[in-house]
Amino acid sequence: MNIALILIALTTIAALGIGIVARSNQTMSLEQWTVGGRKFGVALVFLLMAGEIYTTFTFLGASGYAYGLGAPAYYILAYGTLAYVLSYFILPIIWTYARRHGLVSQPDFFARKYDSPALGILVALVGVVALVPYLVLQLTGLGVIVQVASFGGVSKTVAVITGAVVVALYVMVSGVRGSAWTAIVKDVAIIIVAVFLGLYLPVHYSGGMGQMFAAVDHAKPGFLAFPAHGQSVTWFVSTVLLTACGFFMWPHSFGASYTAKNAAVFRKNAIVLPLYQLVLLFIFFVGFTAMLVVPGLKGAATNMALLKITVAAFPPWFVGVVGATGVLTALVPGSLIMMSAATLFARNVVAAFSPGMSEDDTVKLARLLVPVIAIIGAYFTISGNDTIVALLLMGYSFVTQFFPALICSLAPRNPATKEGAFAGIAVGVATVVYFTLTKQTLAKLLPALPGAWKDLNIGIVALGLNVIVLVAVSALTARSRALAGRAAE
Amino acid sequence: MSKLGLLAILPFIGMFLGPILHNEPTPFILGLPFELAWIVGWILITSAVMLVIYWFDPVRNETGDTP
Repeated sequence: MNIALILIALTTIAALGIGIVARSNQTMSLEQWTVGGRKFGVALVFLLMAGEIYTTFTFLGASGYAYGLGAPAYYILAYGTLAYVLSYFILPIIWTYARRHGLVSQPDFFARKYDSPALGILVALVGVVALVPYLVLQLTGLGVIVQVASFGGVSKTVAVITGAVVVALYVMVSGVRGSAWTAIVKDVAIIIVAVFLGLYLPVHYSGGMGQMFAAVDHAKPGFLAFPAHGQSVTWFVSTVLLTACGFFMWPHSFGASYTAKNAAVFRKNAIVLPLYQLVLLFIFFVGFTAMLVVPGLKGAATNMALLKITVAAFPPWFVGVVGATGVLTALVPGSLIMMSAATLFARNVVAAFSPGMSEDDTVKLARLLVPVIAIIGAYFTISGNDTIVALLLMGYSFVTQFFPALICSLAPRNPATKEGAFAGIAVGVATVVYFTLTKQTLAKLLPALPGAWKDLNIGIVALGLNVIVLVAVSALTARSRALAGRAAE
Repeated sequence: MSKLGLLAILPFIGMFLGPILHNEPTPFILGLPFELAWIVGWILITSAVMLVIYWFDPVRNETGDTP
């Protein structure tokens, strides 16, 4: 075992320790385990939500995307900012409603708002499916870190299984409180590491930021603007819209909003969190510098860009520090994702079908499901070979399908019916599944489309169909209900 | 939502306008390629816009939040 791996292992053990300490003195009711008893103030909610921002996706995914594709990576900087703008208006309403009705999860919200248990079950199932690629990307990150930090000594399979076991253990001992406290350590670490690497590497290798970008522009002309096809400007706009609308549709982010002490938390966060996004800028600097220094990584291997340049530039102990930070960025979100998936399935699917189930049994079942989800995640991680960003975008295509039904439900008089909401989500999700499984693209399916439209993100296309179906079915069901009402009179 | 809430549309328009109108790496601004500098600029503007919206939000004044 080298010094890098030892540091990474020690960090993991420390994180587990924090989880256990955070848990002590807390009885673990479902509300405690998942929403921390709704007692978190600005700082902790900020961190739980930032826990969503700074994941392996940012650390390894964003740098790898900048390394592999260039300008299209900028979308990552844009969408979070716009999501916070939306959050200012949406989250306080969701929070108030959730508090009044004692809701614990996202499907609760839909089931209650639309007075439809079936809609709750659909939302839970889609949520669990969307969380799988999100978990896979965290495990992919863990795998990459251990592989690179062991200088190839540990295989991907062993690395991923170890990672999955650690994340599962972490969830089982700690719950949401542990995640929040570890999130503090994680965020301090990632900011220091990202800013340091982002400032040091361009200066060290190119003599400065401007020189580094000039060198990138020279080495790959066009790399710093959007390409004419594929990840074009159309792709950028549609992807940013999709992901900005989907940002808080993730079951765990939606759930994290319940942890707030009051609604003002969200309004303040909407001012500060866009600035927090700027840390990504430094991650991009690392990715672009890596393109010059350690070229040649292709496809899923671009996930390694940040770590490869770290290995090239620094002694092993520092690789350990960066690796340990990476482990935290996977562990905290990974645990939230696993916990959300387990709770969703136990509470909003299984318990929804068996009304007699007690809350204790639900918590027990959720805990039993954690290792099952870990195994599923590990399986797809080992068998899959995607870039981290592609995995997240797949998940986004799913969760954003909740957005139209959510927005309608926030209106004083909901224009959508439960049938409309259900059909819209179902059609949107089916569209995403079709495009994902058949690897179909819009350009192949509809060659007659004008050039720019072919690059639309598939998730946005699905969202469009979702809205059309929602409107049509709502109109039909509202009318037939009105007719039935009149006939009854 | 107050009328000031409509200001929230600005970041959406701003963020997209740069890449749509000028999809070029040049001119470099403070060492950053144009697209990247544009997006960073709009992040700063967004934060300022949200501060203005928050400052004048009647909800904040009713519930007595302090900024």
